[in-house]
Amino acid sequence: MRFVDEYRDADKARALSAKIVGLCEPGRQYKFMEVCGGHTHTIYKHGLEDYLPESITLVHGPGCPVCVIPMGRVDDAIALAEQPDVIMTSFGDMMRVPGGRGSFFDSKAAGTDIRMVYSPLDALKIARQNPDKHVVFMAIGFETTAPSTAMTALRAEAEGIENFSIFCNHVTIIPAIKAILDSPDLRLDGFIGPGHVSTVIGCRPYEFIAAEYDKPLVTAGFEPLDILQSVYMLLLQLSEGRSEVENQYGRVVPWDGNMVALRAVEQVMELRPYFEWRGLGFISHSALRMKEHFARYDAERHFSLPGVRVADPKACQCGEVLKGVLKPWECKVFGTACTPETPIGTCMVSSEGACAAYYNFGRFSRERVRQASQPQPVTIEAGARKA
Amino acid sequence: MCLGIPGEVIEILPESPDLAKVDVSGVKRAINIGLLTDDPPQPGDWVLIHVGFALSKIDEEEAQAAMNFLEGIGQAYEDEIEALLSSQIDEQAPIDEKG
Ligand code: SF4
Repeated sequence: MRFVDEYRDADKARALSAKIVGLCEPGRQYKFMEVCGGHTHTIYKHGLEDYLPESITLVHGPGCPVCVIPMGRVDDAIALAEQPDVIMTSFGDMMRVPGGRGSFFDSKAAGTDIRMVYSPLDALKIARQNPDKHVVFMAIGFETTAPSTAMTALRAEAEGIENFSIFCNHVTIIPAIKAILDSPDLRLDGFIGPGHVSTVIGCRPYEFIAAEYDKPLVTAGFEPLDILQSVYMLLLQLSEGRSEVENQYGRVVPWDGNMVALRAVEQVMELRPYFEWRGLGFISHSALRMKEHFARYDAERHFSLPGVRVADPKACQCGEVLKGVLKPWECKVFGTACTPETPIGTCMVSSEGACAAYYNFGRFSRERVRQASQPQPVTIEAGARKA
Repeated sequence: MCLGIPGEVIEILPESPDLAKVDVSGVKRAINIGLLTDDPPQPGDWVLIHVGFALSKIDEEEAQAAMNFLEGIGQAYEDEIEALLSSQIDEQAPIDEKG
C-alpha cells in the first residue's frame, strides 16, 4: 500500500489546504465545476469540501452519461426491445433509468429480452451465438466509451455479422460545457476537467474555455489529493491573472489524447445536428450517430422508432443538479420519493450521479450540519483537521 | 460504468492479437487492446480498462492509486467487477475477408 498513501496523506492534504486558503482573495467567492461524476464521487466520499475554505464552492457538472439520457430515448430503447426476435443489451447502469413507460427492468419483467453486458463486445458475442435473433446494443457514454462502440462496429463489419445493430446515444462533453458556460444561471470561476474523457480527447478541446470564456480548466485525477491539487492550480491561475488549460492528471492523460481511439470514432460515427439531454434540453452537435457507411449497424435505421419526446416528471430537478444550480439535497424529492431503489430522476441511478453520491455517503446530513455551522467531521484520515 | 479499472497484462492472446488476458485483482479476463496500437502493451504492463477495452497504459503506481479509488467507492466497484466477471470476449469469430 505504499503508493496509496501518496494520494491520501492527510498531512499533504492539510498542507495543500493551507496553500489554497493562502491563495483566496479575501471577500471573494469562488465556484468551480467538477465536470465528471467520478470526481463528484471522490469529493463526497472523502468530504473534500471540509478541506476547502467556505469561500470555495464545488458544483457538479453534467459528466454522468447515464444521468443525461432523456426519458424519450429510454422509451425508444424499450420499443426496440419489444420488436419480435430482438435481444436488447446495455450496461448495467441503464437498467433502472426511468423512461416515460418505466425502466428496462420493468420491460424485462413484462417479457422482453433485455440483457446487461459489460462490454459492447459481449453484445456482439450474443449476436454471434443467436443467429436467429437481432441483437441491439444501446450505446451510452461520453468520449471515453464511444471508441469502444466504434471498435465493436468495425469488428462486426470485419466479421460480416448481420444480426447486430447499435442504438447510438453517445454524447460529447464539450458542447455540454459550452451550454453551461452560455447559461445565465451560473457564474463559474473555473473547471476541474474530466479525467477519463481526456485520456481519449486530450486537453486541446478545452482550450476555447480559456481562450473565449477566460476561465481556467485543470484536468484532474480521481484521488482526494488530485482534486485538492487541481483546486490549488485553478486558484493559482486566477491569482496570477491567467486562464489556461492545465493537466494535473498527466500520468494518465496525454495532452493530445488517444489518436487511435479518435480515429475509430471518426471512422464510424458523426455528429448529430442536435440531441436532447435530460434536464438540459436540446444541445446542438452534442451527440454522435452512426455514419451512412455503417447504416446496417444502426438500430435507428433498422427499425422505426417512436422518437417521442417525453417531458421529465414535474418533481424532478435533475436539470438544475446537472447544471450545478442546485445541490442534490435541495431537490424536493431527494431521499424521500427519489432514492437509488426508486429513482425518479437519473442522477439517483448511476453511482456517478450527484444525487446517488450524496445519498450513498450521507453528505446531505453533513450539508445540513454545515448550514447550521456546527463543527464538521473530516474523513480523509483520522486526526485530520480543517486547516 | 464510467470507471476505469486497472489491470495487469498477462499475455497477448496468440489467436487474436487485439485481445490480451489481464489480471484485475485476481480476476483474469480477456480484454481488447485495439485502442493502444500506437504503443501496444506487453505482458507485465498495466492498463486502464473501460467496458472491455484498454484505454491507456499506466504505471504500477497509478494502477495502485486507481485501485485504491475504486475500492473506496464500494458498491459501484463491486458491480463493475461482477460485470467484468460476466464478460467473455475471449473468443472471436474469424474475420470475414470479404467483409
Ligand atoms: S433527487 Fe431525484 S429527481 Fe431530484 S434531482 Fe436528484 S435524481 Fe433528480
